[in-house]
Amino acid sequence: MAKIKLSEKKIQELKDVCKTFNNDKGELINVLHKAQSLSGYLPAEVQEVIAKELNVSVAHVYGVVTFYSFFTMQPKGIHPVSICLGTACYVRGAEKVLEEFKRQLKIQVGETTPDGKFSLSCLRCVGACGLAPVVMVGEKVFGRVAPDGVADIIAEYNT
Amino acid sequence: MNMVKLIIDGKTAEVPENTTLLKAAKTVGIDIPTLCYFELKDMNIENRPGGCRVCVVEVKGRRNLAPACNTMVAEGMEVYTHNIRVLNARRTVLELILSDHPAECLTCAKSGSCELQSMAQQLGVREIPYQGEQSKYRKDTSPAIIRDVDKCIMCRRCEMMCNDVQTVGALSAVNRGFMAVVAPAFEMNLEKSPCTYCGQCVSVCPTGALTEVDHSRNVINALADPTKTVVVQTAPAVRAALGEEFGLAPGTLVTGKMVAALRRLGFDYVFDTDFAADLTIMEEGTELLDRLTRYLKGDKDVKLPILTSCCPGWVNFFEHNFPEMRDIPSTAKSPQQMFGPIAKEYFGKKLGIDRKNMIVVSIMPCLAKKYECQRDEFKVDGDPDVNYSLSTRELAHLIKASNIDFNSLPADDFDNPLGESTGASVIFGTTGGVIEAACRTAYELYTKKKLEKVDFKELRGLENVRHATIDFDGLPINIGIAHGLGNARKLLEDIRDGKSHFHAIEIMACPGGCIGGGGQPYHHGDSEIIKLRASALYREDAGKPIRKSHENPFIQELYREFLGKPCGELSHHLLHTHYFDKSAGVFVEE
Amino acid sequence: MAKQIRIALRNCGVIDPERIEDYIARDGYMALATVLTELTPEAVIEILKKSGLRGRGGGGFPAGLKWEITRKVQADQKYVVCNADEGDPGAFMDRSILEGDPHSVLEAMTINGYCTGASKGLIYIRAEYPLAVERLKTAMAQSREMGLLGENILGTGFNFDIDIRYGAGAFVCGEETALIHSMEGLRGEPTVKPPFPSVEGYLKKPTNVNNVETFANVPVILNKGWEWFASIGTERSKGTKVFALAGKINNVGLVEVPMGTTLREVIFEIGGGIQHGREFKAAQTGGPSGGCLTKKHLDTPIDYDNLIAAGSMMGSGGLIVMDEDDCMVAIAKFYLEFTVEESCGKCSPCRIGNKRLHEILGKITQGNGTMEDIDKLRNLGTVIKDTSLCGLGQSSPNPVLSTLDNFYDEYMEHVKDKKCRSKVCKSLMQYLIIADKCIGCTLCARNCPVNAISGERKQAHFIDQEKCIKCGACMEKCKFNAIIIN
Repeated sequence: MAKIKLSEKKIQELKDVCKTFNNDKGELINVLHKAQSLSGYLPAEVQEVIAKELNVSVAHVYGVVTFYSFFTMQPKGIHPVSICLGTACYVRGAEKVLEEFKRQLKIQVGETTPDGKFSLSCLRCVGACGLAPVVMVGEKVFGRVAPDGVADIIAEYNT
Repeated sequence: MNMVKLIIDGKTAEVPENTTLLKAAKTVGIDIPTLCYFELKDMNIENRPGGCRVCVVEVKGRRNLAPACNTMVAEGMEVYTHNIRVLNARRTVLELILSDHPAECLTCAKSGSCELQSMAQQLGVREIPYQGEQSKYRKDTSPAIIRDVDKCIMCRRCEMMCNDVQTVGALSAVNRGFMAVVAPAFEMNLEKSPCTYCGQCVSVCPTGALTEVDHSRNVINALADPTKTVVVQTAPAVRAALGEEFGLAPGTLVTGKMVAALRRLGFDYVFDTDFAADLTIMEEGTELLDRLTRYLKGDKDVKLPILTSCCPGWVNFFEHNFPEMRDIPSTAKSPQQMFGPIAKEYFGKKLGIDRKNMIVVSIMPCLAKKYECQRDEFKVDGDPDVNYSLSTRELAHLIKASNIDFNSLPADDFDNPLGESTGASVIFGTTGGVIEAACRTAYELYTKKKLEKVDFKELRGLENVRHATIDFDGLPINIGIAHGLGNARKLLEDIRDGKSHFHAIEIMACPGGCIGGGGQPYHHGDSEIIKLRASALYREDAGKPIRKSHENPFIQELYREFLGKPCGELSHHLLHTHYFDKSAGVFVEE
Repeated sequence: MAKQIRIALRNCGVIDPERIEDYIARDGYMALATVLTELTPEAVIEILKKSGLRGRGGGGFPAGLKWEITRKVQADQKYVVCNADEGDPGAFMDRSILEGDPHSVLEAMTINGYCTGASKGLIYIRAEYPLAVERLKTAMAQSREMGLLGENILGTGFNFDIDIRYGAGAFVCGEETALIHSMEGLRGEPTVKPPFPSVEGYLKKPTNVNNVETFANVPVILNKGWEWFASIGTERSKGTKVFALAGKINNVGLVEVPMGTTLREVIFEIGGGIQHGREFKAAQTGGPSGGCLTKKHLDTPIDYDNLIAAGSMMGSGGLIVMDEDDCMVAIAKFYLEFTVEESCGKCSPCRIGNKRLHEILGKITQGNGTMEDIDKLRNLGTVIKDTSLCGLGQSSPNPVLSTLDNFYDEYMEHVKDKKCRSKVCKSLMQYLIIADKCIGCTLCARNCPVNAISGERKQAHFIDQEKCIKCGACMEKCKFNAIIIN
């Protein structure tokens, strides 16, 4: 695992986050949400700081981080692409859309393009089943995506 | 207490309410198989996640099968533990577990003691119909423990021991679903975690997922090397448990046979760690009296309580978790590490053997001792004071592999001078024993009077945290005792918060003390075995002609000839140590 | 749509969810006021019990009974939890209620607090629902300001406040014990029940857990009376149920129908029938661990008990419609893939058993299945249901078992004839070029990603089946309909 060094400022930020939750270990998941929104992901260093502040073992924090699919230890791309693989999207061809993204971005699910621009992940239903199949890029939702529409979506962000 | 009547396999059972079906069934002679369930009765240790689902039974009126370990009895319940539905489910569940378990029984360190293996035997599994992907993880070897978690069945016993009992927090369940496994943070090596190597995870693992690092091959090689003088020392708790590996009843003392076996294995000198335990009492007892006297005189620099330091798991624990308090424990080395320099610097020199040509082997009930003897501060120019530490289990294997019929061996005596010991030293192997031994000596040194009643029964027992006040001829000495690191943590937090009123505290990392150590024969959750081992040690103590460490004639000779006086200059150099701050994280340093 | 009755969704799309005044104008907080000033907790619980309201999160446990159990446990602190961890893919009614009518949930939770003796409420919501969170926060601020939440509610001396906790992407956290562990900052692993949360829940205190839709029903029941509510629905399932229609259906979206409405009414009358005039094949209810209903179930009245009898379940109300293009073996495999990914890993039947089910289904869809595999699916499915620790594992084999029951011939075709009639299972397909129709334009060969197509210009081409990866690119490009799937 490549080490990264957290800046003093970052460490202080993390400590402040923990403090807003009274350093209560019961708030671990809320703390992790906040911490992930600060850096986009949860590297080991961040987990270690949180463990110390909440007075739990690092193994415990890691056990929680790896349990929930929302938390990631990999930095995401600038434009994280998520394909909904919920049932409604599946029966309307989401898998083919996913294949097309993989092919065009030349990455697998969970990976980030070498230029750091795009990362690819799967979602379980965003509750927009009426628009199936659904693709999200960052916060933006694309509905009724067909495989031949994938190139346009990528182009929109590839400038 | 309200009693509840229920029917199990047609038999009527009457048990107190809040009894599990598992225990209720036992009262009518029905033994429901379990895998993840684990209990050490009277020691507050229980693992009941209800995860393996091997113990499922049918409860009339219930839609699905019920886990017997986690289902409470109810009035009029009708339970079936071996009808066709239950048998098929139990077998299928076991076949599933086996389908994700490497079939390496022939070479597995746990073979013969493996609970999964015996269950497959018990249920008569002859093939595994559900073949498929098996989970693969990186193998991890630390100085004491090997993690081969391909063999993990997610029983969570180790996690429970590491977190709930020991409060070490080195292990946690990680990942989810098929990839879920118990591992240190970031699935790094145990060596980079706050693991204390207490080995309690190993002692409860039902499979070969957690085992000790085996050093017996190194020992065999040393024994075969004609240029080496190989010296062995055996810890007190070993003699009370080794017999179990040869089918003898738990609590059988096999001191003489063990000595005979070691001699047959080819050790040049068979010595006793008990001798070093007597030495520890001289050093630690003197240190205690010194601190106590200065404290009573009002010396503000003196810190009390003094904490014992014989247990390497415990030392690792406070170095990781309470580094700011590392000036409180006694600086005396553990008996294993006192023995090393005495063997190499005193005994070896007496015989004219260079320390590089002497190999010191220890037989220990402990896995942390494997790490302890590798610590840099216990080496001279890279040569360790103690070269190899074998567990009780490894010794048993070594004896079996050397064609020795252990049970027919005649009793033999330890060699001198480092084989002579007192009753005080032999009880080092059980919780409360070290402090009792210390009291016997400290009392006489402090009061200058003869101690008539050497048995301090008030210091014995298995309660998690015990305390007693010993009368030092008008001076009340408050003693605290904890076994299990979670209990130790409580006492330490009290000290940190200024709430402790103890003068001296004994701590042993393992439940029951060394008799329940991570290197002992597997007890499989039977706490009676641990109790029987304790009473064996007290029996050995009672039968010894000398029962106070300072009366050991060879200890007296050692001070006369070599060391001078306890806590003197040479003692400080050879028999005392210092501790380190290991609290820093792996990634973030502050 | 005539068949619909909107109770849970009564305000959705009707009021401005960011204005508490809108909610109040439609009798909002009237129930709370009545309860706090005129009714004892016991009386409220009695009304709920008589109404016959059952939990809408899937289990169908009688809500009034749950409240009563929580009330009867003695404790210094109790909690009310709203389960908004809507994880069933294809179901989004909770999200709609929280976004469209957040106050109804807050009001009901407060009433629950009064009834059970809890002073603290927690909403456990998916982090994927940011808008719902915003609306909830706005609503909470408004009701605090108006004295409807917080200290001394409506001047009655009753204190109750609500906090939000976030899920983090774990389907199993919809299970109430897992949800509670998640709120405690732990891995969302379920524990064996009993003890039920009503007795020992959040922080070991009695905790009443209900889902969003259940709560949304409560104020209306109290306003209109239990008799009115109990008059809707079937004998053992009262009131309405919200379904999320999705899949191959013309009108997708949320519908709320009385319990007992038939599948036919929902799909063909309300849902407008199957897309593109194709034939209805199956409807999956109960989410990924529900079962598939078929034509023979079309006239079965939908309620908790009938769905279970049909090998499925209510779940949270996802209803996904499939047509003849959907392969039921592949659908079963798709659902198992979901369960394998979402299994927490705590108990062995779910952790390993579902993995094996998925592997066997994979084998069958690849044309390597045997009759022995069919037996294994049945035995494994039965044992997983029978032995798993929580509701997820206990229902995860449903898609396999129900498709085995209802579409056995499709399994047989895959296993014996190595055929997939819906042309979904790639390994069982062959792309062929009809020589008569091929003019040799080479377009297909140029577009084949693995160079599996050969042939001279202006002559019929040929697909090497060994090389073909069945991507379908050739068929898409061919302008002469010369490529078919066998």
